[in-house]
Amino acid sequence: MTMTQDAKTNKDVYIIGVGMTPVGEHWEKSLRELALDAITALQADGVWARPQALYVANMLAPSLSGQTQLAALLADFAGLRGIEAITIEAAGASGGAAARQAYLAITSGVIDVALIVGVEKVTERTSAELEAALSTSSDADHEAVHGITPTAQAALLMRRYLHEYNVPEDAFAGFSLNAHANAVTNPQAIYRRSIRVENYLNAPMVSEPVNLFDAAPLADGAAAILMARSNALPEDLPYPPVRIAASSIVSNTVAIHDRSDPLLLDSVVDSSIQALQQAGLKPEDIDIFELHDRYSIYAALSLEAAGFATRGEGWKLAHDGVIAKDGEIPICTFGGSKARGDTGGATGVYQLAEITLQLQDRAGENQVQGARFGMAQCLAASGATAATHILSRKDGP
Amino acid sequence: MEISRHWRLKRQRYALIGEVCPHCKKKIFPPRDICPECSEDARTLYQFSGRGEVYSYTTVFQAPAGYEEHAPYTVALVKLEEGPMLTAQLTDLGDEPVEVGMPVEMVTRKLRSDGEKGMLVYSYKFRPRFKEAVR
Repeated sequence: MTMTQDAKTNKDVYIIGVGMTPVGEHWEKSLRELALDAITALQADGVWARPQALYVANMLAPSLSGQTQLAALLADFAGLRGIEAITIEAAGASGGAAARQAYLAITSGVIDVALIVGVEKVTERTSAELEAALSTSSDADHEAVHGITPTAQAALLMRRYLHEYNVPEDAFAGFSLNAHANAVTNPQAIYRRSIRVENYLNAPMVSEPVNLFDAAPLADGAAAILMARSNALPEDLPYPPVRIAASSIVSNTVAIHDRSDPLLLDSVVDSSIQALQQAGLKPEDIDIFELHDRYSIYAALSLEAAGFATRGEGWKLAHDGVIAKDGEIPICTFGGSKARGDTGGATGVYQLAEITLQLQDRAGENQVQGARFGMAQCLAASGATAATHILSRKDGP
Repeated sequence: MEISRHWRLKRQRYALIGEVCPHCKKKIFPPRDICPECSEDARTLYQFSGRGEVYSYTTVFQAPAGYEEHAPYTVALVKLEEGPMLTAQLTDLGDEPVEVGMPVEMVTRKLRSDGEKGMLVYSYKFRPRFKEAVR
């Protein structure tokens, strides 16, 4: 091995362990207990090395739980008092953003092992309180003040999509059907049941044209991943570590109305291109794409912006089964936000944990056979932040 | 109560006053001081006509705290005839169905009230333009 190769290898960053709690209404658990459950699950999986830094992904603790300083609180609660600990907030992209900070810290050489914990507690507030908290992810002075919510924003984009492109009535049904089908065998999923297209077509409207099955359920949950540099990997790892082949964050206007073309998710375009270039891959090399499916319109727009479909045709990938577990580009392989459940700022950590299991051949009945590269991408609201990571098997290029 | 927060924005909220970039002539709303097009300083005030059309619309049923008494209400992305787009509620809709492309005009309406003794927040909303007023 040459010097350059050696230096590069020593800068490689791996995910060595993951832990997740079920997504649901955890009325018996507090925010900190949920987070600890995810860490405990990670440790119980047989992988642990004491981290030097903790990055907590969370969006709603300040507004819904009256808690800032979440990372310091969790470090102490998890028996890691004294380590570097900060909370990363980028709304729905917080999970990817926290992973990115850990990745940067490790590649910088300052940190050897980092723990990333995404946690969210949303089910003990009224609908009005929750909507108000979620609306803080839009432009407070120019969007939220007009009473708009993330659901309404998804509806505005979906209505325009239906207006511009000639799509059938059940165009978006495939996203929900696929997510529910995959969640049946995911023990962490909130909805472990499949649905039929009739269920979709007869679903009540939430904010037309967004119906109940176009919108993901928001619930409590926590996920943890342990990240380490190649020369700091613990010995005798029970599972092969998964390499981070790319890491990217791109921002865009927070307000949808400030975009020249609201149906083009610019941050997804740029972040996907950056990530693919870092990994030296093309879209067709990606075997799994865990994308942002908080609302089905974002799944379609993400497939288009990330280069998997031409504009106006992202829905066809769902309609024609291309996104299925045995399709060309499987998405939401454990149910995604739609059926595993959306956990706000923790969602991006779930995505990374799920892809890790896939690339370790530990996904059970959710396994995508022979998957080598998985792309995880989480978005803040309508895409003001896009965080993209590409994971690769250890022996990958 | 955030009185100053809303007071600061009174020109744009009540009169739809934005900016025009002296360098590239782009019309800017909401005002933001640095032109999003050419990144130059843009602080020249510009009075928008208040006319535009509906780019997209939907109805809010599950309203955020502070807006529940008005639910359900219609929100829209409105494309102003001078170019910029904004987010606003639609009002005075009557029986006419809302459509993408529908001509609308700005009016001033109450957005929210924070309780009996609280502040009233007013803002622009948009209503259908009268047929004879549509060119």
